[in-house]
Amino acid sequence: MTETEEFTINVGPVHPSTHGVLRFVLRMDGETIKDTEMVLGQLHRGLEKIAESRSYLQFVPYTDRLDYISGMTNNYAYTKAVEDLAGITVPRRGEYLRVLVMELGRIVNHMLFTGTLFLDLAASTPIMYCFRDRHNILELFESLSGARITFNYIRPGGVRGDIPEGFIDKTRALLKELPSRIDEYAELLNDNEIVKMRLKGIGMLNPKDAINYGVTGPMLRGSGVSYDIRKDDPYSVYDELDFKVCTRNECDTYARYVVRMDEMRESLHIAEQALDAIERLQGPVSTPYFPRIFKPVRGESYSRIEAPKGELGFYIVSDGSEHPYRVKIRSPSFCNLIALPQMVKGLKISDLVAVFGIVDICLGDVDR
Amino acid sequence: MTQTIYDNIVYLLSLVGISFGDSIVPKIIIVLFIAILILVEVSLMVMFFTWMERKVLGHIQVRRGPMITGPHGLLQPIVDGIKLLTKEDITPKRADKWLYFIAPLIVFVPSILVFIPMPFGQGAIVSDLPVGILYIMAISAISPVGVLIAGWASDNKYALLGSLRAVAQDISYEIPMVLTVIGVVLITGSLSMQDIVLAQGEKTWFVFLQPLGFIIFLIAAIAEMSRIPFDLHESESEFVAGFFTEYSGMKFAFFFLAEYAHLFGISAIMATLYFGGWQGPLIPGIPVVIMSVGWFTIKVLAIVFFTIWLRGTVPRVRVDQILSIGWKVMIPLALLNLFITGLLVAGGVL
Repeated sequence: MTETEEFTINVGPVHPSTHGVLRFVLRMDGETIKDTEMVLGQLHRGLEKIAESRSYLQFVPYTDRLDYISGMTNNYAYTKAVEDLAGITVPRRGEYLRVLVMELGRIVNHMLFTGTLFLDLAASTPIMYCFRDRHNILELFESLSGARITFNYIRPGGVRGDIPEGFIDKTRALLKELPSRIDEYAELLNDNEIVKMRLKGIGMLNPKDAINYGVTGPMLRGSGVSYDIRKDDPYSVYDELDFKVCTRNECDTYARYVVRMDEMRESLHIAEQALDAIERLQGPVSTPYFPRIFKPVRGESYSRIEAPKGELGFYIVSDGSEHPYRVKIRSPSFCNLIALPQMVKGLKISDLVAVFGIVDICLGDVDR
Repeated sequence: MTQTIYDNIVYLLSLVGISFGDSIVPKIIIVLFIAILILVEVSLMVMFFTWMERKVLGHIQVRRGPMITGPHGLLQPIVDGIKLLTKEDITPKRADKWLYFIAPLIVFVPSILVFIPMPFGQGAIVSDLPVGILYIMAISAISPVGVLIAGWASDNKYALLGSLRAVAQDISYEIPMVLTVIGVVLITGSLSMQDIVLAQGEKTWFVFLQPLGFIIFLIAAIAEMSRIPFDLHESESEFVAGFFTEYSGMKFAFFFLAEYAHLFGISAIMATLYFGGWQGPLIPGIPVVIMSVGWFTIKVLAIVFFTIWLRGTVPRVRVDQILSIGWKVMIPLALLNLFITGLLVAGGVL
């Protein structure tokens, strides 16, 4: 191949396909990417520092703003760390309700992922389909928490409130309808020749590199590593639920896309079981009382959960006062994004968009 | 000699008793009138296409498209026009002012000029050039120059890379397109657009005689129109807006107009070459001119509808894939098509 003079091209921070304010500095040889440098931090809000001046309960709304696409899982990850610290156990009905909203949240996240990935590939229809169905789930969330994006629903001790009237029926109807909607996406996209041309064989990340980079979630499972915290280190009531871990061995972007498609179906399956349990079980969804001024004993706790984008961890250190001494967030977007420069090396600039789309980041989660 | 719009106007005027001998002024007035007629026709079609695109795409995507401006958003193109006219026209500081100014015109003017030998209907043609289709191909090959100038003059890396892509695509797909057109010309034995239409009246639509040629032409046409899946001209997810990244206001409007005029032009060529042009069953009582223009418009709209449908279905192909399809698949197939057609014509089958 003939080499031309190298030049740099700047993508972002204000650019149609960087999903927020991420900036790339690309060293290009014609259309081929030689090197990628990422400039992070444009959306840094210092959430970890803010946590140190808030009470334990006050920080829950901030977690909504981390990965603002799947607020429920963020709420839960933080809440779980606090509950571990305080030694609280939540009523089982509450745990099932948490699992239900988290799995629905996973579907919301993967729908948004599918939509934006194909929007970046210039197919404008999938995002409309995805938003139509995402809207229905957000309506459910709204009936639970009063908000569509920033839920502040899962809190230390349980959830904000019990399910409203008619929630079970509405959710059941939605769960019946969604499989056909997911089939609709699959029909439009999975066997589309151009989709295959664009996604197959690019963004390769072999299992060894993926593990070394600390890549988690669907990204890792697309590399053939069967690692899912819900199975490997079960939290909440996941050990009582029947589901399987979706993996693909191809290691390319198409595999990672299909893994997410399969995960949506698995999540629906989990959500159905959780809904049955909520209907079956009686009792409260929260512990009777969680103090506003909560002073845990001196100590530390680390919780990790399988967020839609990968492993989300909260490390909390308590010095016995009402504020956490330190909160560290291990966010999946940030850790997955680090593998991007290797995945796009030697590809065309159009592939950058596809591979970047497949990493599925949320800038709020990257910069924190 | 087939009738032209000019002939028809002179005939109509003579019916109401107006005639002129050799004086030049009325002729110029009539020619100017025809020029305006074509411009109006093209811009009306462009406006309709933009509305149709939004509407069709909207319904494909379970939305309604524009609904507020006028009944079912019919006035949306006019509102868009006003918006573009009133927008600030920005020239980047480091741009090459003269080239930056002239690029939209170089793209826009050829996209209108292709309509000169276009048979809109029986007797509705500006000038039935004996080299009609050759003229169209030659004229439409000018616009990539404008694209390249626009990309260069903007002094913007996105624009430059976008324009290089666009030009590479335009040039690679012009070759298979012309090669398939030669197949049609071989059967007709004439380069005149009107003759091609009439030949399809005698035989049958060339889409049935040249199925392979039609498929190649269709793919090349989508690339030439720069529509998804081959819209490297824009490639907004990488290069913001491709070669017209820096353009705004009226200069942008010219690119926009040219794009849709191009869509109209190539759909019209396709309808003429493969779908019998203005030919179609006539209803007695309605003048032939109106009927034939109607049929032509319906065929063009059907092709435009197809491209919108395609846009709602597939993503964009990558640049190297577009070029490799063009050079490694389309051109050999076009040559094969030409070879077979040549054999059949020489053997007297077609």
